[in-house]
Amino acid sequence: MSPRDRILAKLRAARPAEALPAPSLDAHYDPRARGESTSARAARFRAGIESFHAEVHLTTDAEWPALLARLCVDKAVGTLMFGADTPSGRRLDSAIFAGTALRPWAGQIEDLKADLFHRVGAGFTETRGAVAETGSLILWPSDAEPRTLSLVPPVHFALLDARTIHPTFFDAIRAENWGAGMPTNALLISGPSKTADIQQTLAYGAHGPKELVVLVINAEGETQ
Amino acid sequence: MSAPTTQPGGETRPLAFVSAQALRERMHAAVNDPHLRTSFRGAMDFLMAKRAAQFPDESELTSLRELSEGIRQYSLSKLPDLLEQLETNLTRNGVHVHWAETPDEANAIMLGIARRHAAKLIVKGKSMVSEEIEFNHAMEAAGIGALESDMGEYIVQLAGEKPSHIIMPAIHQTKQQIARLFADHIPGVDYTDNVDALIQIGRRVLREKFEEAEIGLSGVNFAVAESGTLCLVENEGNGRMCTTVPKVHIAVTGIEKVVEKLEHVAPLFSILTRSATGQAVSTYFNMISGPRKPDEKDGPEEVHLVLLDNGRSQAYADEQLRKTLQCIRCGACMNHCPVYTRIGGHAYGTTYPGPIGKIVSPHMMGLEQTHLLPTVSTLCGACGEVCPVKIPIPELLIRLRGEAQSKPHALPAMVGQGAGYDRLTTFVWRMWARVYGRPGSYRAFSWLASRFRMFAPSQQAGWTAARTPLTPAPRRLRDMVRNRR
Amino acid sequence: MSSPTTGAGQPARSYPPRPAAVYFYATCLVDLFVPEAGMDAITLLEREGIRVIFPDNQTCCGQPAFTSGFPAEAREVAASQLDLFAEDYPIVVPSGSCAGMIRWHWEKIFADDPVRAARAAAIAERTFEFAEFLVHVLDFRPRDAGAPTTVALHTSCSARREMGTLLVGRELLARLGNVKLAIHDHESECCGFGGSFSLKHPDISTAMVSDKVASLKATGASQVVTADCGCMLNITKRAAKEDQDAGRAAPSLPGEHLATFLLRRTGGQASGEQR
Repeated sequence: MSPRDRILAKLRAARPAEALPAPSLDAHYDPRARGESTSARAARFRAGIESFHAEVHLTTDAEWPALLARLCVDKAVGTLMFGADTPSGRRLDSAIFAGTALRPWAGQIEDLKADLFHRVGAGFTETRGAVAETGSLILWPSDAEPRTLSLVPPVHFALLDARTIHPTFFDAIRAENWGAGMPTNALLISGPSKTADIQQTLAYGAHGPKELVVLVINAEGETQ
Repeated sequence: MSAPTTQPGGETRPLAFVSAQALRERMHAAVNDPHLRTSFRGAMDFLMAKRAAQFPDESELTSLRELSEGIRQYSLSKLPDLLEQLETNLTRNGVHVHWAETPDEANAIMLGIARRHAAKLIVKGKSMVSEEIEFNHAMEAAGIGALESDMGEYIVQLAGEKPSHIIMPAIHQTKQQIARLFADHIPGVDYTDNVDALIQIGRRVLREKFEEAEIGLSGVNFAVAESGTLCLVENEGNGRMCTTVPKVHIAVTGIEKVVEKLEHVAPLFSILTRSATGQAVSTYFNMISGPRKPDEKDGPEEVHLVLLDNGRSQAYADEQLRKTLQCIRCGACMNHCPVYTRIGGHAYGTTYPGPIGKIVSPHMMGLEQTHLLPTVSTLCGACGEVCPVKIPIPELLIRLRGEAQSKPHALPAMVGQGAGYDRLTTFVWRMWARVYGRPGSYRAFSWLASRFRMFAPSQQAGWTAARTPLTPAPRRLRDMVRNRR
Repeated sequence: MSSPTTGAGQPARSYPPRPAAVYFYATCLVDLFVPEAGMDAITLLEREGIRVIFPDNQTCCGQPAFTSGFPAEAREVAASQLDLFAEDYPIVVPSGSCAGMIRWHWEKIFADDPVRAARAAAIAERTFEFAEFLVHVLDFRPRDAGAPTTVALHTSCSARREMGTLLVGRELLARLGNVKLAIHDHESECCGFGGSFSLKHPDISTAMVSDKVASLKATGASQVVTADCGCMLNITKRAAKEDQDAGRAAPSLPGEHLATFLLRRTGGQASGEQR
């Protein structure tokens, strides 16, 4: 018998005759549902992710590219890498990015590892949604927007449509039926990379981005 | 590091057999180290306060704990089915699934993968299972570098130690000690005890390694059967690096970590981070369901999952002991344990310290070398009270005390059953039961004890080391009651 | 029925109306080492108009063997106690851990003996920790006759987590007009007694009880009050040893069982001198 068969045999011999009843998640989550507006949800998301040291800007669908360009200048981003083959990526126009080189992702990571690690100042991605309860972005990286865009460059810019914010992580999984099929990689991101491993002292920029900047659109007209 | 809890020169070797006597000596040294006592007390107070702040609503906590316990127990009740479902779905997603009964088998599987890829360096995300199987040692023995990339684990590895806490591995080290460690071990680094500067040094050193390593290793927090998804919880981003940048990703985990549905992960993740470090959520929750697809541009080309038993099926075989496997490794039990606070994590001599270590290590290592561990508890219940999945830790400690002291059976439920059996102790308890189980005998005994109280010894084993002696009262309560009426 | 040790907060429990009589289950530690605590509890109950029955065949609840991993021996002793409570009166226990043993573990140790298990379960239902009984069954309203004082309260881990009676001790002290309660740091932490733990691991036990004594003393309270004699002996005898080593004549941290303290404060004659 293989180790696999031996392990499974031991477990089968010992398992309860009948599986326990499935736990009811609704009984926990339903009474705690809030029924809040998009703007209230966006505000809760914002408070959450800001508490984790992320920077949040409320903007509009029309204005976010210009805001992104300004933020790149503020943060002295030399090169911004992004996925060119997304609706948002197609709107990044070098005309407005004076001073920041726009570099669409091209090729496999093996071809651009050195640049990604050492020369790219920021990565830009869309988001699939967010979680209001915890202040978490939801990303499903894809062939158009690879995983390392939100991981390796020191600054991560993320574009979020407030209408895609879910109250809880549980709601996101349920509403979008994640269980039926997951992408190669899915992520919740709640702030820039951090650690408290040295004497419980919080320090940002451990291994991933040192800064996380979220541009929120469609938060019901609340702009700044 | 000056703390005598660090086994001198021995910590990078595989876990040697720690005898009961050696365990006593380690605990003795730890509890008498004032530096260690102060630093653990401070750290545990900090973590307890942070956890408490995450649960302002008692009813929400109660409901979430019940749900989390329910999910873990449900998952365990279907464990063999869920493991097969997980294997089927991961395989369909392109992940290679391996099974190992022992640490040696697990290491052999991973060494095989490393050799096939001619790997020279493996970067590691935080994985307690890799500690449990002495992965680093096994790789280094085969000439392959295994580098920890979690900041705490990196520090501990540099120092030649083991983690003293399952969530905060370097909690026993001060920033000054870490500053010295970096200055001594990392070329070109000057002494600085500025925490931000130290983290940036770690970042710089380790980023080179993420680029260079052929293989990334990680643990798994939850494995989802229905979708074939491996979930990882982390703050630093090193876990994402290890599972994204190298060409090969190997995940290693215990067989108990599987849940049926993706939605089951949501409450468990929430209660895990809040219980562990008092965070509403960790910075990253990384869900991996397969290797890089043909049109994808990054991610590992090969993903492996190693499922490890190492004594877990022994715990599973007993309805009560099975509850041990509900654990989601948050560490709250150690943060709240008055014993752990006094002796720190190294004194236990096991991969998993604290209350969870006392109930899980006997299954992994056998009772021969762990039979003393369940006795190192006052049964105060602080661990069970905060456990997010409601493991009745005190009850399991009592059970293990019994297993350790029972006469060895022909068909032992546990490896090493009876290893703590001692004729004198057993005789004393037999006699105690004879006396206290017969009211007449007890009356005679207590009358004599009270009558001859002047003969009560002035030295009473461990008691009088720190206390004045216990002396029977001149009159028992029953005498007082009788005389008054 | 399962122990609430793993739960947060107090277990829900319903309380009977004020009874005519109670059984007093003193516990072995009280009988032989701290009889005045038991006597004072009895006096208090009687003063409240309750007839107190002291079953002479009582020995021990079996807890020491049970927690030491000798369930058969615990069972033998517990079995000898099942016949003591023939009438349907409440059973009052002046110790959280012994009350917890009866309430949550007796039924379990007779798991393979349905007859005894049923009797154990019935006994468990009417077993109350002393302070719990005073507050929830008698609604004890003491009139404080003592001088103003500040005391510290130590609640045993069993009372706190198994019996869920953390708040009743505080409630009783709050009902004494001249008594101020001083909360010590790490109030919820164990004193380090743990029965055989204190003998088996004296180093760690000493560290814990020394910290507890220091915390209690730091409040400046005149004394410590507790409803558990194991903790009381551990704490007061540690403090006494510190006094001895320092050559102090007067106790720096005297301690009393809650029953003795309540009796003294309300003009009663406490039975013993031992503090």
